[in-house]
Amino acid sequence: MEVTRAMPVPDYEVVIGLEVHAQLLTRSKIFCGCSTAFGAAPNAHVCPVCLALPGALPVLNRQVVELAVRTGLALGCVVQPRSVFARKNYFYPDLPKGYQISQYEAPICLGGEVAFDLDGAARRVRLTRIHMEEDAGKNLHEVAVDGGSGVDLNRAGVPLVEIVSEPDLRSAEEAVEYLKALRAVLVWLEVNDGNLEEGSFRCDANVSVRRRGAARYGTRVEIKNMNSFRFLRQAIDFEVRRQVEVVDGGGEIVQETRLFDPDRGETRSMRSKEEAQDYRYFPEPDLPPVLVDEPLLARARAALPELPRPRAARYQRDLGLSPYDAGLLVGDRALADYFDRALAAAGGGPERAKKVANWIIGELSRLMNETGRGPADWKVTPAALAEVVRLVEAGAVSGAGAKQVVEALFREGGDPGAVIALRGLAQLSDAGAIEAAVDRVLAASPAEVERHRSGKKDLTGFFVGQVMKALGAAGNPGVVRALLQKKLGGG
Amino acid sequence: MSDALTHLSLGEASERLADRSVSARELAEACLARVAGTDDRVGAFLRVTAERALAQADAADRRAAARDRRGPLDGVPIALKDLFLTRGVETTAGSRMLEGFVPPYDATVVERLEAAGAVSLGKLNLDEFAMGSSNEQSAYKPCRNPWDLARTPGGSSGGSAAALAARQCFGTLGTDTGGSIRLPASFCGVVGLKPTYGRVSRHGVVAFASSLDQVGPLGRTVRDVALLLGAIAGRDPRDMTSSARPVDDYLAGLEGGVAGLRIGVPREWFAGGVEPGVEREVRGALARLERGGAALVEISLPHTRYGIGAYYLIATAEASSNLARYDGVRYGLRAREPRGLAEMYAESRRRGLGAEPKRRIMLGTFALSAGYHDAYYTRAQQVRTLIRRDFDAAFERCDVVAGPVSPGPAFRLGERSSDPLQMYLADVFTITCNLAALPGLSVPAGLAGGLPVGLQLVGRPFDEATLLRAARALEREVGPLPAPPLPAGAA
Amino acid sequence: MALSLDEVRRIAALARLQLTADEERTFAVQLSAILDHVAQLRELDVTGVPPMTHALAAGEPAGLREDALEPGLTPEEALRNAPAREGTCFKVPRIIE
Ligand SMILES: [Mg+2]
Ligand SMILES: [Zn+2]
Repeated sequence: MEVTRAMPVPDYEVVIGLEVHAQLLTRSKIFCGCSTAFGAAPNAHVCPVCLALPGALPVLNRQVVELAVRTGLALGCVVQPRSVFARKNYFYPDLPKGYQISQYEAPICLGGEVAFDLDGAARRVRLTRIHMEEDAGKNLHEVAVDGGSGVDLNRAGVPLVEIVSEPDLRSAEEAVEYLKALRAVLVWLEVNDGNLEEGSFRCDANVSVRRRGAARYGTRVEIKNMNSFRFLRQAIDFEVRRQVEVVDGGGEIVQETRLFDPDRGETRSMRSKEEAQDYRYFPEPDLPPVLVDEPLLARARAALPELPRPRAARYQRDLGLSPYDAGLLVGDRALADYFDRALAAAGGGPERAKKVANWIIGELSRLMNETGRGPADWKVTPAALAEVVRLVEAGAVSGAGAKQVVEALFREGGDPGAVIALRGLAQLSDAGAIEAAVDRVLAASPAEVERHRSGKKDLTGFFVGQVMKALGAAGNPGVVRALLQKKLGGG
Repeated sequence: MSDALTHLSLGEASERLADRSVSARELAEACLARVAGTDDRVGAFLRVTAERALAQADAADRRAAARDRRGPLDGVPIALKDLFLTRGVETTAGSRMLEGFVPPYDATVVERLEAAGAVSLGKLNLDEFAMGSSNEQSAYKPCRNPWDLARTPGGSSGGSAAALAARQCFGTLGTDTGGSIRLPASFCGVVGLKPTYGRVSRHGVVAFASSLDQVGPLGRTVRDVALLLGAIAGRDPRDMTSSARPVDDYLAGLEGGVAGLRIGVPREWFAGGVEPGVEREVRGALARLERGGAALVEISLPHTRYGIGAYYLIATAEASSNLARYDGVRYGLRAREPRGLAEMYAESRRRGLGAEPKRRIMLGTFALSAGYHDAYYTRAQQVRTLIRRDFDAAFERCDVVAGPVSPGPAFRLGERSSDPLQMYLADVFTITCNLAALPGLSVPAGLAGGLPVGLQLVGRPFDEATLLRAARALEREVGPLPAPPLPAGAA
Repeated sequence: MALSLDEVRRIAALARLQLTADEERTFAVQLSAILDHVAQLRELDVTGVPPMTHALAAGEPAGLREDALEPGLTPEEALRNAPAREGTCFKVPRIIE
């Protein structure tokens, strides 16, 4: 498929705000004890509450409040001591009560921001609010022979936070980076699994354009149904072009909701929901106001991990890691946590940090990609990795040998010392044994010795390699090199 | 002989079960026979569950034989307004919309009564979705007042009051959103209590207006009502608006009398508009209480006259949302072969909902709609605060507030059905108690022109015990009313 | 205030109520009468008066639910009252988005 590129629109400024719906990682739904697990048979996870049977009442899940507060604290929001659920009234088959329980006038969090890098510069995008709400069910289109639709209410009542940004974003690229950064933080906080395909992390975009220098925002259009970063970029780019064309042609943008069609790479006007969007919000009488008291705040603060950006900054500042390495490590909380534990076991400090980081970014990441096993499933413990670093430093194993040790540990686990002994990887520093191997290699390669000695080519590296091979990677490369230089005369 | 059993009070029936001079089966059979002999004229029952009742009665008798009686309600025949969900037993809320609806769960109050061993005879008539003051809005049949079959029993819990007056059972449950327990209790000459909002769980009760609805007991004596309230009151984890306050022992102080009790008499409740016979009986009751040692204190509830306006905006706004779930998707009436989604909604709701629910949905939708929301809905909620403040101020000067339940006695069927506003205006004295979330009770004060007249008592939040004690003091003076002239026909 | 027929139709559409022409006229008259009565609320100065949106007294314990699974309904129980079904889905006329 052709990749849509943003058309340069020098006369116009693009204004984008995003509304993200993120599923909170709870076991049960927001207002009932039904499972939130994905992928069950239709209507296997339902009860009187989420089916909206007559007489059923919502009972708020404590963990939903805790996770919303954790999210708010992490994003620098002002967590509200009192917030209120409201009913958003509209009819749709996937909305069993005929209203969605959401927060409206009094959300749980106000303000806050998401920080990320764009083209090497730091960007901050302000948040308007975060509120808690329930998800709707799912309409399954044309399930029936007569073309009818099916309604599955397993998702109805799954807890969400809606995170609304200010219209601070100025390009599709920026919107994508914002969304990636927000997703990373939510996954890092363990409040959301970041899964766009299963719909547990979704995004709507409000897009408008205005002539450069104009004081007022243009009329905005809401775009829905973008379940990948690529689609978000395509949808915004398409919409910007469309709006610029309309305005350039002397037309007016209509405030509306548009659906992104990934097959055509276009947005199109939604027909069914466009009619009178009068949601008739009012405070939900079945749910008392949500009170966030000090103990709850304290618990949420205690559950708040060091976030990826501060952590990367600390790695650079205190441990001397490169921005690139630090960035790789904080790309995944499990990886960063593994790094911290291994470094602590190795005794800490910038010198060891670099070595531990190299193992993780190099060999272990390679093995991770190869096997698909995340840090939680690695058999090489942080303490074992620290031990490997120490053994290399002590000269007990060569770098090449250590690679074999780490791979063995990764696959089978165990103690580094035992692996070295078992595989005969103990590094030889015994000059006698090494000298014998050197002599054998030189005797077996008269032509190379001649070329080297004649000065036509420096073949030291070749000889080192041959000797190391002969020693089964157990030789101390420094000793090998010194002996070779002595025998070959100079270098 | 067996018909005489049905004239016992609940308390008396309970005592005879306790000393085993009567069996639960005998009581149940007597009640079922009485229903069979009278209900073709009264119309209190929508559904009689005779087999189930007899099975429950037999179980109660087995417990009694094993000296394992669960308490005073064990084996006592009662009946439930058809607004309470009963697992496996059709529950219609008096609406065509729910014809044939068989709930998969029990309301909490139903569970509690069954756990106490009560025997349920069936489901009682009501105004559709509890919307009405005359029971004429039942989609199935009107209910009639046993004192005069040409008159209404009041509504919406008309069946609950009429069944008691007709000696068809020993206790009933109703709901009261704007007077729906107290009005029929007054019209039928029985005792009815609307508890403080939050005292009794609403879980499993078909919702009309969630911030006003409250479940309460009706009985032929104050003691019967106290017994029933004790069984159903208390925190329910499935209703977040149910209170965690401990439940009082409502029987303990019941005979304590009214000496020293300050009874507030609101000027605005006697400012004209009350029919002379009603005013005479109410003032007579107050005089009796004064002779019993109570002090009558003149008070003012200055916002009384705004109650109707505030109530009919708030109640209908909430109702418009609560009734949105009746969409023909998951249960209830569905349009036959609708050609599309729009027709499914329109036809299902057109055929399923009666005139009164439609009228109220229209009014409530209007009050919440864009452009009117603040002027109507929000203002009504502010007036609600003023009404609550009226009562708070009054309770500085008195312990209970007393006055009429309704400006007149039971009116004739059809008399007001063409003018909904006139019907609404009759709720002027009962409505403020719901708006203020306070407990209110109707106890027979006497007869006017051969029709019962109730005295209304309104108490401080959660002070049902004082209301019951004052009501009992009056009852000792005027006695429970005699049975209305309704001989059992040939069964 | 007097409610126009157009207003009545707009509200009926919002509430997914299909009214006959007769009902529209009746409701216009009845609702107008009720709104006239309700208009007396405007006499009151409610400046600074907080709306009473919840009836349970503030200060009651929150009563939040712990995040634990509770048994719900089987798909068959859930669908027992369904007017139409397809497999274990509720069935509705085709939804066009
Ligand atoms: Mg939302
Ligand atoms: Zn559920």
